[in-house]
Amino acid sequence: MSYRLGCDVGGTFTDLLLINEATGETYRQKTPSTPADQSVGVMSGILQVCKDAGIDPSEITEFMHGTTVATNAVLEGKGAVVGLVVTDGYKQVLQIARSFVPGGLAGWIIWNKPLPLALLENTVEVKERIGARGDVVREVNEASVREAVEKLKANNVQAITVSLINSFANGDHEKRVRTIIHDVFPGVPVTLSHEVLPEMFEYERTQTAVANSYVRPTVGKYLRNLEKTFADSKMKAKYKVLRSDGGLMAFGNAADQPVALMMSGPAGGVAGALWVSRQSGFKNLLTFDMGGTSTDVALIENGEPQLRRETRVGDVTVRASSLDVRTVGAGGGSIARVPELTKALRVGPESAGAVPGPACYGKGGTEPAVTDANVVLGHLPPSLIGGAMKLDVEASRNACKKVGDGLNISVEEAAEGIVKIVNENMFGALRLVSIEQGYDPRDFALVAFGGAGPLHANALGKLTGSWPVIIPPGPGVLCAYGDATTRARNESSQTYVRRFGETSSKEVAGILKGLAKTAAEALTKEGIPAKEQTVIYEIDLRYTGQGFSVPIQCKVEGFEKDGLSQAGKNFDAFHTRQFTFALDAEHEIVNLRAVVVGEYPNVKAIRVPKGTADASKAVIDKKHTIWSGGKRQSAKIYDRAKLRAGNVIQGPAVVTEFDSTTVILPDCMGTVDHVGCILITPKGMKPKTNAAPAKPAKGKAAATKKSAPKKAATKKAAAKKTATKAKAPAKAKAKPKSKAKGRR
Amino acid sequence: MANTSVIKSQIIETNKKPFKKVAIDPITLDIIESALRNARFEMDATVFRTAMSPGIREQHDAFPLIANKDGKMVVGQFGSFIGGFLANYEGTIEEGDVFFTNDPYKVEGAISHANDWLIILPIYYNGRLVSWSCHFGHMTDNGGKVPGSMPTDATTIFEEGLVTPPTKLYKKGVLQETLLEVMLNQVRLPTWNRSDLNAVLAACRVAEKRVKEMCDRFGDEIYVAACQAALDRNKRAVGHLIDQAISESPVSFEDYVDDDGRGYGPYKIKCTMWREGHKVILDWAGTDPQAIGSINFYLNENMLKMFWGIYMIMVFDPQILFNDGFYDLVDVRIPQGTLLKPNFPAALSCRTHALGRIFDTFAALLGQKNPDFLCAAGFSSSPHFMYSGNDSRGNWYQLYQIGFGGIPAKPFGDGPDGHSMWPSFTNVPQEYLEAYFPLRIERHETVADTGGAGKTRGGNALRVDYCLLEDGEISIHDDRWLTYPWGVNGGTVGARSVKILHRGGYGGATLTYSPTANGYEVTDATKPGTSIEWHHSKCDNVKVNKGDILSFITWGGGGWGNPIERDVALVAADVKRGLVSVDGARRYGVVLDKNGVVDQSATDKLRAEIKAKQPEKNPVFDLGPPLKTTLANAQKETRLRAPSPPVFRTDAHAKAAE
Repeated sequence: MSYRLGCDVGGTFTDLLLINEATGETYRQKTPSTPADQSVGVMSGILQVCKDAGIDPSEITEFMHGTTVATNAVLEGKGAVVGLVVTDGYKQVLQIARSFVPGGLAGWIIWNKPLPLALLENTVEVKERIGARGDVVREVNEASVREAVEKLKANNVQAITVSLINSFANGDHEKRVRTIIHDVFPGVPVTLSHEVLPEMFEYERTQTAVANSYVRPTVGKYLRNLEKTFADSKMKAKYKVLRSDGGLMAFGNAADQPVALMMSGPAGGVAGALWVSRQSGFKNLLTFDMGGTSTDVALIENGEPQLRRETRVGDVTVRASSLDVRTVGAGGGSIARVPELTKALRVGPESAGAVPGPACYGKGGTEPAVTDANVVLGHLPPSLIGGAMKLDVEASRNACKKVGDGLNISVEEAAEGIVKIVNENMFGALRLVSIEQGYDPRDFALVAFGGAGPLHANALGKLTGSWPVIIPPGPGVLCAYGDATTRARNESSQTYVRRFGETSSKEVAGILKGLAKTAAEALTKEGIPAKEQTVIYEIDLRYTGQGFSVPIQCKVEGFEKDGLSQAGKNFDAFHTRQFTFALDAEHEIVNLRAVVVGEYPNVKAIRVPKGTADASKAVIDKKHTIWSGGKRQSAKIYDRAKLRAGNVIQGPAVVTEFDSTTVILPDCMGTVDHVGCILITPKGMKPKTNAAPAKPAKGKAAATKKSAPKKAATKKAAAKKTATKAKAPAKAKAKPKSKAKGRR
Repeated sequence: MANTSVIKSQIIETNKKPFKKVAIDPITLDIIESALRNARFEMDATVFRTAMSPGIREQHDAFPLIANKDGKMVVGQFGSFIGGFLANYEGTIEEGDVFFTNDPYKVEGAISHANDWLIILPIYYNGRLVSWSCHFGHMTDNGGKVPGSMPTDATTIFEEGLVTPPTKLYKKGVLQETLLEVMLNQVRLPTWNRSDLNAVLAACRVAEKRVKEMCDRFGDEIYVAACQAALDRNKRAVGHLIDQAISESPVSFEDYVDDDGRGYGPYKIKCTMWREGHKVILDWAGTDPQAIGSINFYLNENMLKMFWGIYMIMVFDPQILFNDGFYDLVDVRIPQGTLLKPNFPAALSCRTHALGRIFDTFAALLGQKNPDFLCAAGFSSSPHFMYSGNDSRGNWYQLYQIGFGGIPAKPFGDGPDGHSMWPSFTNVPQEYLEAYFPLRIERHETVADTGGAGKTRGGNALRVDYCLLEDGEISIHDDRWLTYPWGVNGGTVGARSVKILHRGGYGGATLTYSPTANGYEVTDATKPGTSIEWHHSKCDNVKVNKGDILSFITWGGGGWGNPIERDVALVAADVKRGLVSVDGARRYGVVLDKNGVVDQSATDKLRAEIKAKQPEKNPVFDLGPPLKTTLANAQKETRLRAPSPPVFRTDAHAKAAE
């Protein structure tokens, strides 16, 4: 028997999910995280979950891990002391950065620049120069390198990055400098900018390579600790880490290129949503992961998540591919307030955090958090099933009253206002990944997870028109699901600035082939046979003269014939969709990239026992009420564990489970599907059933009738649709009247 | 052409029903306000991604806004310019129309020079005008007598290239192709202009789409009411601030643009501010008459209100969302015929220096009576570098670059080194420049000690060394080579700007800034065939040869607070980082050895000595030496001849235009 183990380490909890590959049977475990040494929490979780399953840890064949070790090192400023070697004249490349001051006109008055990841005192210049086309302008002056490295050695730097001007076009000088570093300062880990990111733009490349050095010792130590702990417990699985781009990579590669892991955590959520997608048959999804302080959203089109060419962690932005996850500072802990000056209702980004937490936690919080508003509205029942904690309803009411008093409205109206505003903020993030990328959200289903996601998902569904709203089973451990069920991935890229007229499909195909070979080597080394590897080509294109480029996916087969002209056409279509126009200008290649992916693991789906439409057996409280649309309404509480496939829950209703609570609004209903997802739709709108399960193996033949999303380019039609569609928020239109009366 | 003139334009609406006055609840208002804000950011993103000129694409020299149906800006940066357009455009405005103009004189200075191409798009919904979206961007070239279209020696706007009055680029949805082709035929880089104009228009279309979606979702009457409510809300908040922060007794400040590029200067800009009841008066009486050259800044009153308002909001309460709502609370008085309101057809292209100096003036006015909020002066202009010619393969190249420098020190922290004071501006990556222009950037760094000393330090000036790889021509547009970026509350002035051309390469010359010598020390080039030229901060048509290197050095930000109160550890860190020299540290009363180790007892002694010489109270401003002294020392300190006092004349054309 073979077992896969997904493990996601968060700030508070370590989530584990053990899957029996043959049966699809799962075992979940949540243990407290151990921030001092995360491997301790991970191992105790593993022992616990193995005990639950009655297996020995040695039976685990694959261990897949989403980790925030790299993220936290950056956020907490606890990375390595990095030495930086640059070309003469460029010592301040990180100090000057892009000269950008955030905050708009006069924003400089309130902005203080954070210190660079490699401090200026640890930045040294060497005499050498490569030209823009890769030509050698000045040879490496070896004495200047030795002197520079001696200084870094004396400063006790823990890792070194070498980033020389134009190294994307010719990396020889960086390699030469590395050789000298090894000679002068043996043992120090060295990152070369052209190896991490062989792309133009000196600041971005340097920043990325420095970030790699910055997290390298921390990540390396953590992974070595884990391996040692595992070895002590006689484990002999393949160990892999989830990358920011949603793919897996072996521990060894991860230790060398940790910059690829900086958004490993949020990627787990998207990977989890992909798992839901493959199980339930929805291939077009908006993901909605709402936690305590922030909300992450992403878009999945036809089973493929959107990628972007950068990763952002706090102040630090690096050029490493990551899933296009957008974050807004809106979560259950976000605080509401009414500023004296404007009398506007503002929610977040300040958060109550874990301490003191929302008022209802009874840990001394008095400011109204979104969670308090949910308590007042009855969305969160005072005592949660399986929850150790009782919620203090009075404390929530007192907190929300502050907002009510500020706006001269009732506590319930204030609570509803808070929820509406926070929903609007999160809707803004969903718009960013959908409407503003040219996608119509009504062509997507909304999958909600995270602690607070299922509370707000129905309301977000009404704002986006993304039906059904999917609440997967175990929404609190979906990231671990993602870790356990995704596939291996690697990529290799190169800057290659050429107008179409200056090159040919054949020439480009040759380079892409080479890149694919490089990218495949890592996968092969991880034991993935060539026949299970799929290659995807990507070229970053723009119109000659533009500065921004767009990655365009290309077919590998036949690329040498007409790959470029096909890519050009696809780029024109993208440009029209996104920016309303295409240009007559010549296309220009910026970067070439080959992506190699493995196969999705063959994990069997969970099955929920069949039932009828009648969900009454799952009701655990018939007398509960919620406040909605300006009045109190009766709403039953259901126990999720007792729901059966085919059950239909009429809103208003509340569904509780171990780590999450789902709200179904008055004009909506929830239908339980064959894999245990609750599919929420407006009453009368049946969820498109997608009855046949997706084939888990490749995720390709997933049986869904849902058509690929229509691009919102057909503006008129879309606008018309919106006009009729907008019935749902009509309430918002009607409401103001009554409210305004009360106020003035 | 005052901003109270009668509206000459005629708005055509097929749906004659007037908008009902509907009440709006605060939550719907917040939702619409944040949706508008998102739409504005989307406009930015559209332009930056699709424009072609590095000026707009990388440096973000472009400005969007969304206005209510009456043309008042609800979201945006520089305030609405629709009022000036509506007042002066003689014709109809219909659904599907898109207006274009680049004539500052026909829109009451809404755009301030002809390089700024402006698109104005009325947004209709169900036959009624509900909103406006506008956007303008700086074109790298606008035709005329010099590449880049900003001739420092121009005396009329006719020398500054294409000038198009407000005209329909689209008539009821139909592109006026002839107009566009005629426009593009006037400029040196038609592909860039076409693409940049497309980008600006696409951004306006994005806003149009979003506004219509909001009308779909909430109803057009609610949308219109929400725009008004957002303006009212801002008016209340700013009104409150004005009452608190602005005194009834007048405060006054004057500053200078060093010269006009024709050898005359400096030109004085003066403003007096006071409060009458709930209203603020900004009176520019005392500002010098208009210049003969192109440094005039045709200042739109409403735009000035916005600049002032944003400054006040940022200084006192950055949480307030700014829009045009508070305009009624500010009265701007600019005398006609001055540098800030020149008579037609005065040249306008190099107005960036006066624009920058206005921001310095605001900082001084707002902070004078609130020293805790006072910021220093700094990098308040956007200096330009232009380089053009035919390369060895015969292809035309033309670069327009904006420079950056030292951000002023602030009460809350140091000014960043080599950064931008303009919203969303970024530098062009040096590798990009090298790939697309015949350039090698030999140095891109900030200069130690150029930031003013203070409890918080002014940012350092930026030095960019352009090695020119083809024969061609360059233009330089900068300022503050003569007068100083001032310090406040005891902080000292920042270093002035300098431009040095190394003919034939460096040739062994060295260039360092010396705070004690009040300028740069340069050793002569020793290699045969090389030499040093000190260049004026405003010049055009300078012939350059392959291999010449231009050191383009901007100025530093002023310091804030008494330098001897700066944390010794911070000074030591700056020295370790090469941002302040061991010598420069003495200005802070900090003594270090050659290795950067602090000598505490020597430091205590030096600080006591400095303190003994200081006045009891920190002076509010350190403006540097008196202007007379500065002029007298100009030749010695800057190697450039001091400008002659400006000659003011009444332009014959001016009378005719009135």
